[in-house]
Amino acid sequence: MSKVTPKPLPDVKLPPLRQVGKPLRRVDALGKAVGATVYAADFTMPNMLHAKVLRSSRPHARIVRLDVSKARELPGVACVLTSEDVKGAKLNTDLPGQTGREARSGSDAPVLALDVVRYVGEPMALVAAETLELAEQALELIGIEYEDLPGVFTPEDSLKPGAPILFEPDNVVSRYAIRKGDLEKGMAEADLVVESTFKMPFVEHAYLEPDGGVAWVDEQGVINIRVCTQVIEHFRSIARALGVPQNRVRIRGTMVGGGFGSKEDITVEIFLAFLARETGRPVKLVYTREEQFAATAKRHPFTITHRTGVKNDGCITAAQITMTADSGAYPYLTPYVLLYATGMAAGPYKVDNIHVNSIATATNQSFTSAFRGFGGPQAALGYEQQMDEIAKALDLDPLEVRRANYMQTGDATCTGQAVTSAVWTEECATRVLHALGERTPDTPTVKIGRGFANTFQSYGRITWFHDTSRAWVGVEQDGTVVLRCGVPDIGAGQSNSICQIAAEILGVPLERVTIYATDSAVTPLAGTSTATRQLYMSGNAVTMAANEVRARLLARAAKQMGVAETEVDLEDSRAVVTSDPSRFVELKDLVHLCAAEGIELSHLAQFNAPFTDGLDLETGQGDIWPDFTFGAVAVEVAVDTETGQIQLLKCAACHDVGRAINPAAVEGQIAGGTHQGLGYALMEEFVLEDGFIKTPSLAEYLIPTSVDFPSTDVIILESGTGVGPFGAKGIGEPALTPAAPAVANAVSDALGVRISELPFTPKRVLEALGNPSDC
Amino acid sequence: MGRTAIHLTVNGRRHEVSLSANTTLLTALRDLGYTDVKNGCEIGECGACAVFLNGEAVNSCMVLAHQADGAEIVTNAGLGTMKDPHPIQEAFADAGAIQCGFCTPGMVISTKALLDRNPNPTEGEIRTALSGNLCRCTGYGQIVAGVRLAAQRLQQSASSPASASSQSEEGQEPASEKRVLASGEQEKAGGDSK
Repeated sequence: MSKVTPKPLPDVKLPPLRQVGKPLRRVDALGKAVGATVYAADFTMPNMLHAKVLRSSRPHARIVRLDVSKARELPGVACVLTSEDVKGAKLNTDLPGQTGREARSGSDAPVLALDVVRYVGEPMALVAAETLELAEQALELIGIEYEDLPGVFTPEDSLKPGAPILFEPDNVVSRYAIRKGDLEKGMAEADLVVESTFKMPFVEHAYLEPDGGVAWVDEQGVINIRVCTQVIEHFRSIARALGVPQNRVRIRGTMVGGGFGSKEDITVEIFLAFLARETGRPVKLVYTREEQFAATAKRHPFTITHRTGVKNDGCITAAQITMTADSGAYPYLTPYVLLYATGMAAGPYKVDNIHVNSIATATNQSFTSAFRGFGGPQAALGYEQQMDEIAKALDLDPLEVRRANYMQTGDATCTGQAVTSAVWTEECATRVLHALGERTPDTPTVKIGRGFANTFQSYGRITWFHDTSRAWVGVEQDGTVVLRCGVPDIGAGQSNSICQIAAEILGVPLERVTIYATDSAVTPLAGTSTATRQLYMSGNAVTMAANEVRARLLARAAKQMGVAETEVDLEDSRAVVTSDPSRFVELKDLVHLCAAEGIELSHLAQFNAPFTDGLDLETGQGDIWPDFTFGAVAVEVAVDTETGQIQLLKCAACHDVGRAINPAAVEGQIAGGTHQGLGYALMEEFVLEDGFIKTPSLAEYLIPTSVDFPSTDVIILESGTGVGPFGAKGIGEPALTPAAPAVANAVSDALGVRISELPFTPKRVLEALGNPSDC
Repeated sequence: MGRTAIHLTVNGRRHEVSLSANTTLLTALRDLGYTDVKNGCEIGECGACAVFLNGEAVNSCMVLAHQADGAEIVTNAGLGTMKDPHPIQEAFADAGAIQCGFCTPGMVISTKALLDRNPNPTEGEIRTALSGNLCRCTGYGQIVAGVRLAAQRLQQSASSPASASSQSEEGQEPASEKRVLASGEQEKAGGDSK
């Protein structure tokens, strides 16, 4: 790639702000720094029991015998529950609008295995005892007899005639089709057709905080569950499974030690609810790290094939894309993940003639569900590697090929959804390429490669879910601000961002705002901390609530000072006449004036995302998401041709975040997301062999350490065109998406051949070089 | 299982506890209420449970509680508090080094161990010193920046006479030290971000 000059940005004028846009110390930072923040596993209760889960050791087997009588007799064991005791309750993973809900309801995961286990790690029984040691002893006393069943371990095998079927009538969990334009005509117009296939592995979330929690039944009979979760609104699903009214289950979320999608699923909370109800005592359950690997969701393995018709100048005339995803033993969120991958299959490019066929199938392996990016990163590994393959086939610069196809604002995605916000693809790509600087020279044994990827990723949930969020904002008598919002904070700064927004609108310093969050009973429900939606959804809800309070304060202040409301602003805890700052009312005095007259200084607001109908399932056409974030990553790698080792030398990431509410937090999201993507490309693979886990701990499943990769050069762009507060776009998931394909393209650049399967281990590198070894 | 009594002094508080032979120091500390010591893996891979054991940074999951009988232990919460944070803790908060916060107590311990022996480390030295502490959120860049900021502030305070007397006492930094250092640093930390 030749030297690249950053594309000039459009002239964007963003209004000046006081709190928003500043890299302030996050409201949650100091408590975490000094160890004062209390996480789910840190809570204890008087008279508390300790729980353990018995898990399947077989990938596919009939349960011939599950004898818990000896475990129940062990002194100190308060209760042992099996599927019979929970009356065959299922984890209702369906959400409104889930594809295939009616047809596939039989494949919902049981809370405890019924007659058959379908993956290693599937829960079979629960024990609660006076101590953890007794609970562990009780597990040993449970008698199990399995009758092994033939298993199926790849999506390809799962579709073959005669394959073992996990759920009748077949192993298909979900499928989609997109039919847009005229594929045959487009292919006929092409000068060249390029076909490539790419494969991606299972990946573990590996957040540092294992899942855990404590549950108890209170004096009203309400089942309280204190748990680290991305979704406090699972209280409804839990109530359904327990057969109790929804107002008798309360989830009190904690500060979450990382989620990345896996704490979107119901994990320990359903077990805790059953055990607390059964025993009438507080119960604690915390997964071990090994249990974490066996019990929780993984990122979906995908195989993606692109067949692309192109003109000699790089213009795409047609694209035919197939995607096959591994759902593991139960569907969980697979239908949605597959939808995301399908809807983003063509990338941020204008492709008028396109067919996409996607399918997800069941196998006897760990179930797959949400993981940061939710299918978007897999789609990007398809379209961005293919763009480089096209460039290679046409002997064009990869940036030139992308330039020939970039979508613009108003252009449609492959599902026909027009993008309404800024599309700064080239702006991002040219900046990351420029940031790499001078190219490192090759040595006789080390080949240097460079690559980049241009991606887009939705933020906000699927619009036919009719998503909502609520927030309550109030001003106290001393002029401090209280925010109540049910947002789960999973470490990305969810709480802080909305505090900074309230501080901005009400003209107070950030330290004068206190937030109460993540309680399904007493904080207004704000929806899930998933889908890069909280800044967008709850940020808008807080904006609405704070603006309402602001309007009341301004009206009363204007009256007090004898000026028009438009002449008053709130800043530094005062209402100030903008033309003459010497005239002001202290906020606390203004609050007293309002209180004396009965003017309410709190407000509960609800923000509704755009509501749309579902896709046309014949053509796959329709709107899916509120908006998209566009970004790019470029990397330089050094590949040692003797050892197959890949060293990452440089990495730059650039995203248009619309508006950075807290630039330091945005930098953290981009740097951290990029890092996860680098690990995805270079080292991470959750390995199963015939359904048995080969990477059961952090000693076998390696995630990046501080010495593996250099710091990412983070470039933040602000178009101000997002649908979030102050024009913000979401960045949590989009941050991860471009990193892995950028590495893939750099490795291909270095080697001259493409390794079709992630991660790029030394073994695969040496094989690609025609130099296989037993390393 | 038989239990025998041991003594642990944690953050200056003396405890006598009866524990079975296979109880780890991690479990003992958490059961005593020192929940800032985090359990991330129990096999010494993640570093979230790091503490000072007689002045040496260790993963508390890899030490049996009985091996620590009579020892002085300092956890992250023993270095500073909300009211009186340690300069390393404050620097982490200012540099954006904290996201989910679960790795932070162990990171702070490893940072203090580094800066105690090497007050002005290079980026490579910082990265090596933190290589036993996993973080899944940040990508480590802002943590490295936090360590640098802490080193800078500690060196400034070491050259100011007011703090000289405080160095002997673990975690007992005088309030004046932070006030001296707080001015202008917020902007500096912000300036490191784009």
